[in-house]
Amino acid sequence: MPPVDIDATVIANARLSRDYSVLSLAAPEVGKRTQPGQFVMVKPAGITDPLLRRPFSVFEVLRNGAGEVTGVSILNKRAGRSTKKLYELEPGDVVSCLGPLGVPFTPVAPPVEAWMVAGGVGLAPFATLAESLAGAKTPTTLFYGARTAEELFYLDFFEQLGIKLVLTTEDGGHALNKHCVKGRVTGPLEAALKNAGTSSSGNAAAMVYACGPEPMLEAVAKLAARYNQPCQVSVERVMGCGLGGCYSCVVPVKHGDEHANLVRSCISGPVFDGAELVWD
Amino acid sequence: MAPDLSVSLGSLTLPNPLIAASGCFGYGLEYEQVVDLSMLGGVVSKGLFMKERQGHPPPRIVETPAGMINAIGLQGIGVHRFVKEKLPLLNKAGARTFVNVCGTTIDEYVEVCKVLSQADGVAAIELNISCPNIKEGGIQFGCSLTGTYDVVSAVKKATHLPIIPKLTPNVTDVASFARAAEDAGADAVSLVNTFLAMAIDVETRRPKITNVMGGLSGPAIRPIAVRMVWECYQLVKIPIIGMGGITDARDAIEFMLAGATAVQIGTQNFVDPFVWSKVLDGLKDYMTRHNVAKISDLIGSFDPTPPKAVHA
Repeated sequence: MPPVDIDATVIANARLSRDYSVLSLAAPEVGKRTQPGQFVMVKPAGITDPLLRRPFSVFEVLRNGAGEVTGVSILNKRAGRSTKKLYELEPGDVVSCLGPLGVPFTPVAPPVEAWMVAGGVGLAPFATLAESLAGAKTPTTLFYGARTAEELFYLDFFEQLGIKLVLTTEDGGHALNKHCVKGRVTGPLEAALKNAGTSSSGNAAAMVYACGPEPMLEAVAKLAARYNQPCQVSVERVMGCGLGGCYSCVVPVKHGDEHANLVRSCISGPVFDGAELVWD
Repeated sequence: MAPDLSVSLGSLTLPNPLIAASGCFGYGLEYEQVVDLSMLGGVVSKGLFMKERQGHPPPRIVETPAGMINAIGLQGIGVHRFVKEKLPLLNKAGARTFVNVCGTTIDEYVEVCKVLSQADGVAAIELNISCPNIKEGGIQFGCSLTGTYDVVSAVKKATHLPIIPKLTPNVTDVASFARAAEDAGADAVSLVNTFLAMAIDVETRRPKITNVMGGLSGPAIRPIAVRMVWECYQLVKIPIIGMGGITDARDAIEFMLAGATAVQIGTQNFVDPFVWSKVLDGLKDYMTRHNVAKISDLIGSFDPTPPKAVHA
């Protein structure tokens, strides 16, 4: 379905910390079309600074009590001018929202397990993916790392879907009632990969899904390759249009023995086969 | 009676003056899902050389006040793949396709134009002699009056298609380049390409884009572009396609009053891919309010009488 462009009213902007907020937007037509892993292009409406919208994974598809789709939310981390403005929005403000855009994740079904690997704001595409996987009864684990325990969010949401949590913090701090391993999220991931093997059918035991900082993505893709598990990676690039018009958001991709090509992550991604991405 | 939005670029008649600018609209087909391509006056392809090009490593763009700097580096599929893979689909979509032609030598410009002459469905060639982002991308022709004259003369001999050189603003006197193009037989000129620009990350002291320098576009450049169109309009007789930071119908009309026969919209596609129908509606509304039956009557109708003093 083609994307739609909506001047969406802010329903809520829940500040999760001094940097993170969940911005909920009244954009039912975007929500109805969204598949896990797709993104929206967003900026406050009616202003020219910022001029361009910024890409955000759809965090949640919002529903009312009757189960009807009412909009989408994004997980916003205050980093630059644009994300600062989005962090400061209040209910009733209006946001230009174009989407959904891009290639979604390909879900897996039992007996293959799903291992979602999130670093920081890279949690964003995994709430919708988790719902989809839970619906298919796919055994799912979330490997989730953050700088501190205060920046681990939505843990109850994932637990209520029946998802196993493996948490890491860089400072070794623990989340409320939850043990966190000190260090990077790739530590526990590698331990799990070592024991993964293959499923009874001879296929890969798990599909690894990754979203987070570039060094984490590279490490996860290489670990998955080393232990022979398939991997889907959601990349983030500076993006101008989200539709394939500007050629800003390219990533090097290699199919088989071909030389690497720079492809647009907005329309050929943001989700790529981790084995096909070429790392600098 | 419905307002007449049609304009003529030499032998070429367009149903309206709105054209999608090169490098801001992919190959046009990317936008098919949100825009009816037949509704536009024309679509200009990304710049094409004979062969495929990978362009510069990212980051390739950075946002600046009311604009953006880009150095994509003319990533493109080459003219042969364009003719085979894109042009038939553009024809099917009813687009009037302008092909932006690049070259590192005059011979290459000529060869690319010859390939396009054999193809079915090319409306015109926009000769890219103004990309600021690669060393061998035609800017050496666009910054020299004799270079401009020579490359335009050469391609005019090689093709029957209308030739529209795209001029750079990074020269002292753009109008003299429009005149050189006209003297060489150009059917029209388009202006302006982007302004050479640069942005530094003061925290890291590094450039904000890989290529260090790039081309500035967006509303920030509009007043300079309008001035340049006006200068060219006073010096040449061939039609002018104006561009630079157009966001709405008002901006488009400003360029037409300054002398543009048609206009291109570039960066605004990124801001609002649904811009086209809004600008078309705005043009019709302006024509109704000002009792203008034919939009071509607006071309160059700028009145240089000083404005009345306004006291704030």
